[in-house]
Amino acid sequence: MDATIRKQLEKTACKVRMGVIEGVYNAKSGHPGGSLSICDLLTYLYFAKLNVDPKNPKMPERDRLVLSKGHCAPALYSVLAEKGYFDASELKSLRHIGAMLQGHPDMKGTPGVDMSTGSLGQGISAACGMALGGKLSCANYKVYAILGDGEIEEGQVWEAAMFAAHNKLDNLVAIVDNNGLQIDGKITDVCSPMPITDKFAAFGWHVITMKAHDFDDIERAFDEAEKINGMPVAIVMTSTKGKGVSFMENQVGWHGTAPNAEQYAQAMDELKKTLESLED
Amino acid sequence: MADVIKKATRESYGEALAELADKYEDLIVLDADLAAATKTGIFKKAHPERFIDCGIAEANMMGIAAGLSTTGKKVFASSFAMFAAGRAFEIVRNSIGYPHLNVKIGATHAGISVGEDGATHQCNEDIALMRTIPGMTIINPADDVEAKAAVEAALNINGPVYMRFGRLAVPVFNDKATYKFEVGKGIELRDGKDVTIIATGLMVNEARIAADKLAEKGISARVINMHTIKPIDKDIICKAAKETGVIVTAEEHSVIGGLGSAVAEVVTECCPVPVIKVGVNDVFGHSGPAVDLLKEFGLSADNIVEKAEYAVTLKK
Repeated sequence: MDATIRKQLEKTACKVRMGVIEGVYNAKSGHPGGSLSICDLLTYLYFAKLNVDPKNPKMPERDRLVLSKGHCAPALYSVLAEKGYFDASELKSLRHIGAMLQGHPDMKGTPGVDMSTGSLGQGISAACGMALGGKLSCANYKVYAILGDGEIEEGQVWEAAMFAAHNKLDNLVAIVDNNGLQIDGKITDVCSPMPITDKFAAFGWHVITMKAHDFDDIERAFDEAEKINGMPVAIVMTSTKGKGVSFMENQVGWHGTAPNAEQYAQAMDELKKTLESLED
Repeated sequence: MADVIKKATRESYGEALAELADKYEDLIVLDADLAAATKTGIFKKAHPERFIDCGIAEANMMGIAAGLSTTGKKVFASSFAMFAAGRAFEIVRNSIGYPHLNVKIGATHAGISVGEDGATHQCNEDIALMRTIPGMTIINPADDVEAKAAVEAALNINGPVYMRFGRLAVPVFNDKATYKFEVGKGIELRDGKDVTIIATGLMVNEARIAADKLAEKGISARVINMHTIKPIDKDIICKAAKETGVIVTAEEHSVIGGLGSAVAEVVTECCPVPVIKVGVNDVFGHSGPAVDLLKEFGLSADNIVEKAEYAVTLKK
């Protein structure tokens, strides 16, 4: 990847992370850990990949993104605001009464949200439906679905996996955020979904592994995904839960806890320093 | 009555889908490995390119339907009521109901008249489940004519619709030439002054028979066909409550949460009168011929007559 583009993406991702912290802090609840682990992915998709228009969010030929791990809505909202779907000030009223930004994505109320999600395991099915719709209509759009590694413990995910392969949905890319942690602990301790790559391969998917916080590697993975015909693609990305905020990284406790004022200040300070270091 | 035509509403459903395919080019039909039984196989045969078999995975099928609908397709997702409303309930609620997507759920084999398959497949709870989802329209047709009209009406609703069809062949009593289906509007089949029988699905014909029997006993019964259970026709219910003073409801569904409950909810607000329910009395079914089961579980014209006679005594 071109160094200038990479640096720009890194800066944007840092701003997206700041939006996550801003949102969750003001909401006094929410899910910062898994939101921070997908910020680079979302930044890449919205700023280097997806055919979307923030001024025309329902454009029929747009690429679709389904955040199947809907609890990580703060990251989606932050990237949508950064992209210009709505004003970033909305992030401060996340989860408040009367707010546009609901605790989990609401396609009816938020521009840019392609599917209402939040109950785990359901978004991937809807994404399959969208991909099938594209095939039936001979449309060229792609559908991207982001799943958590804990989420794939839901049986419906594998019903959808079977369906996607059977229907040769090569316009569908599912990205599994393998940060290794879920609410009750390590995914390998709770009820292990491992090995993730082998499972998707066995279900008939083309599987790609990816480093979640390395834009060169993200580009490589999506370039490979682009070339696959006749089968859906699963990108299993190795990520760090809480990425970008030192005290949140790899800490299961930050799955669904909001920072207090002191922690908020520290997190924003760290992210500002990261941003400054990228400005050089 | 010997020459009365009988037909299962699931058959009407499958035929209606096939007949409407040309008129509605965006119509897509999904099934979960039950096309031969739900009768979506009729559509599949006519339009294989617009039929998708999702396999034995009803939860995923409802999600597929949701996603497809966002791309502008008019989707019918079909399975037995037990699995469409029961197994997939939460997906219907969250992926279809909450975003109010344009998905029609064609649920066949509803109620006790599934027959020999027994309790695991006899869904007497689907109306109760679906009624709790905000924005869900629920239609339970009584015969072939009504079922076909309802399928097209559902296609013209921009939002989720739960349609309930039966396995058992039931008498076709509506006249195709004059019948008019209007979503959310109950149909008064017969006027009466002593009691009103509000029925849905296959119990509508039983209500008609019951009214004849009641007339012989000197009781004048109004009969209302309540094909749409949600949104329910409050006007026709309140008018009946005021004019006849007692109501008997009849449904092939649990007495908890179905038509009887819906009617009772309405009258308690506009004109509190006794509402006596004919339905499955909070028990599981079991195997047996459908016709025998309907009798055994108290779902016949005679049961309606009995309850109506009792209801009238409450007025004194």
